[in-house]
Amino acid sequence: MFEDLSSKLNHAVQSLKGEAKISDVNIAETVREIRRALLDADVNYEVAKTFTNHIKERAMGEDVLTAVNPGQQFTKIVYDEMVEMFGQEREDIAVAHTPPTVILIAGLQGSGKTTFAAKLAKYLKEENNRNPILAAADVYRPAAINQIKTLADSINVPVYSIEQKDAVRAAKEAVSMAKSLALDTVIIDTAGRMHVDEAMMNEVAEIKEAVQPNETLFVVDSMTGQDAVNTAKEFNERINYDGVVLTKLDGDTRGGAALSIKTVVEKPIKFVSTGEKLDALSPFYPDRMAQRILGMGDVVSLVEKAQKEFDQEEAEKLQKKIKSDSFDLEDFRQQLQQVKNMGSISDLVGMIPGADKALQDQEIDEDSFKPIEAIINSMTPEERHNPDILNATRRRRIAKGSGTKVQDVNDLMKQFNQMKKMMQSFSGMGKIGQMMQGMKGMKGKLPFN
Amino acid sequence: MGFLEKIGLKKKEKVEKGVEKSRSGIMGKIGKAIAGKDTVDAEVLDELEEILITSDVGVQTTIEIINRIEDRVAQDKYLNSSELQRILREEIIALLKETKSDKPADFKAQFPTKPHIVLIVGVNGVGKTTTIGKLAYLYKAAGKKVMLGAADTFRAAAVDQLKIWSERADVPIIQQGQDADPAAVAFDTVSAAKSRGADIALIDTAGRLHNKKSLMDELAKIKRVMGKVVDDAPHEVILVLDASTGQNAMQQAKAFTSFVDITGLVLTKLDGTAKGGIVIGVSNELEVPVKYIGVGEEIEDLQVFDRELYVNSLFSDD
Ligand SMILES: Nc1nc2c(ncn2[C@@H]2O[C@H](COP(=O)(O)OP(=O)(O)OP(=O)(O)O)[C@@H](O)[C@H]2O)c(=O)[nH]1
Ligand SMILES: [Mg+2]
Repeated sequence: MFEDLSSKLNHAVQSLKGEAKISDVNIAETVREIRRALLDADVNYEVAKTFTNHIKERAMGEDVLTAVNPGQQFTKIVYDEMVEMFGQEREDIAVAHTPPTVILIAGLQGSGKTTFAAKLAKYLKEENNRNPILAAADVYRPAAINQIKTLADSINVPVYSIEQKDAVRAAKEAVSMAKSLALDTVIIDTAGRMHVDEAMMNEVAEIKEAVQPNETLFVVDSMTGQDAVNTAKEFNERINYDGVVLTKLDGDTRGGAALSIKTVVEKPIKFVSTGEKLDALSPFYPDRMAQRILGMGDVVSLVEKAQKEFDQEEAEKLQKKIKSDSFDLEDFRQQLQQVKNMGSISDLVGMIPGADKALQDQEIDEDSFKPIEAIINSMTPEERHNPDILNATRRRRIAKGSGTKVQDVNDLMKQFNQMKKMMQSFSGMGKIGQMMQGMKGMKGKLPFN
Repeated sequence: MGFLEKIGLKKKEKVEKGVEKSRSGIMGKIGKAIAGKDTVDAEVLDELEEILITSDVGVQTTIEIINRIEDRVAQDKYLNSSELQRILREEIIALLKETKSDKPADFKAQFPTKPHIVLIVGVNGVGKTTTIGKLAYLYKAAGKKVMLGAADTFRAAAVDQLKIWSERADVPIIQQGQDADPAAVAFDTVSAAKSRGADIALIDTAGRLHNKKSLMDELAKIKRVMGKVVDDAPHEVILVLDASTGQNAMQQAKAFTSFVDITGLVLTKLDGTAKGGIVIGVSNELEVPVKYIGVGEEIEDLQVFDRELYVNSLFSDD
């Protein structure tokens, strides 16, 4: 169960209550909590140490604000520090003065290089009107060339590949090919390699030397743990990359590796990859990443996630219904279904700031919405569309049919009506926000929890 | 020289190779502890914490290990650093579950039923397909009749990739090409394994993130249809974990087990500097053994997991 940093810190900062200033003594436990949160999020051991030392220095001597709660005050200090670490400037990838622009992609095995290469090609083609060619310089992994060809076909981008197991040659020839075809961008996908593999590290350094890329990107899996610093450092020493790409952020990892890497190599994170589909690529946002690492809940990604799952048309229809007050139980049932498709309810609730605090003593039972569904399922279509006709006889029947008590049916109806009202008042929040707020309102009040 | 011996030789070299740099001298430091103690001093605990955390063991499991050691030491006392080390190793090994005889890790061992069906699962890029290629090779070399099933019909060229491994290992593969229904491929594979008298069938699946419900439901369905052909199939569901993965591996393990009941683990990519310490917590929490480790990209780069060797490599001195 999610428990956000600020609520953890609320416990830890008890010692601050009644103190005027933050000092070495009263801050110790708080710092320990922060450190643990960072380690739980996979921030490297040394990096976490350095980071918490910074926090300590920054907080020391500050007044304990009585206006806000000390947990929040600390969370803000930690959050600000982290956002600052990540750097505010958004850095684009380089463009060559004389085309083609050459982009070299490197990283460990399985980090997501090939998929990213194809995504980048699509992105540059669609957003920047470029004409890219992909170079298949992974000459080792079985079917790697087929994989990149299949992806390239789906986005109508050419691939250059050779039969021989010579990655340097494949890369070099791809650049020549781009020149002769007047293509303005070459994206070189290389084989995954271990940073301790001398021969393979030499190879990628040789490729870099041979093609003199304008941009070299290091691709790293966001689920990486403590070892992220070793690999990021080693690759940086060998190929001095310009930027980092974080992949698989559509998972539920906290992604502390991002902070570790940023700290030890001081290179910007340029892209994040968020899915297997080729359009799942986005710029890096330091604030969102900091929130994610700290488990602070991320409304932005919640809304984005929701937007993906929700059909736009459906959503507009729903919006109208809410406005005109004709949102009925059938709509509600469909909403529940969609929310369930988006992932686990605890994860979703965890993304709403404050929600996990409100719910922290209550384990979220993934099945807790089942009785609600059962009740609605036991209604006739007419009853769902027009809940006002639910008299005592009908409610008794529904309770029996759904294996619940009449009181449960009554509670659900009461909550449903309150939720409808709430949804109307949350009109600025986007659909899913309304939905989640509505459901949150229901949680805890229903007898099923 | 037989391949098992070869592995035996490679074993030490490969598993301990990456550990050398970072760990040297740490046990030496722990060795500073003085004889006859019934508590572990703070300095030792700090060292221990650092070793375990930087190996991705995780805060919670680290605390558990430290508590166990403090309990043991309070009871048994220790005389010197080697005794403390022994206690430490024993306690960590105890968290790693043992393999069971109906799911043997030894390639020569008899399976309780024929065909023995194994489903391989995990998130994207951890090394599922490669592990299947290696397992096929090792089982075949041990005299088993092996069959592969290409139920990753989603990722580009995944079927081609497994096909190449089936050629390398020289074992048959059942496939329906890209975009086919993975459950149908799984069904076919199990049927073919049964009708052609295979000893073992290994079924590859598409990598999927554990928080995507529809993909996890699909996996549950793949598993379900297998049982319609052979009773109790699959007999094993193996989760592949990448040694470089941090604390998220625990979430992965919990989610996969809630959909398809994991029975064993494979820890891949131990040929780098990552230690994969999260398997200690995962093995303990899910009560499943680590069966194999992956130590490279070649077909023979797979070893039966050895708890002692693994724990030693966490603390290796040289
Ligand atoms: N160094 C090293 N590389 C490995 C190991 N196991 C797999 N790999 C590499 O990791 C990459 C991904 O391996 P795959 O077997 O394709 O992984 P997968 O889990 O099947 O991937 P998807 O099907 O795409 O989810 C490949 O480049 C493999 O060669 C290992 O033990 N060590
Ligand atoms: Mg695969």
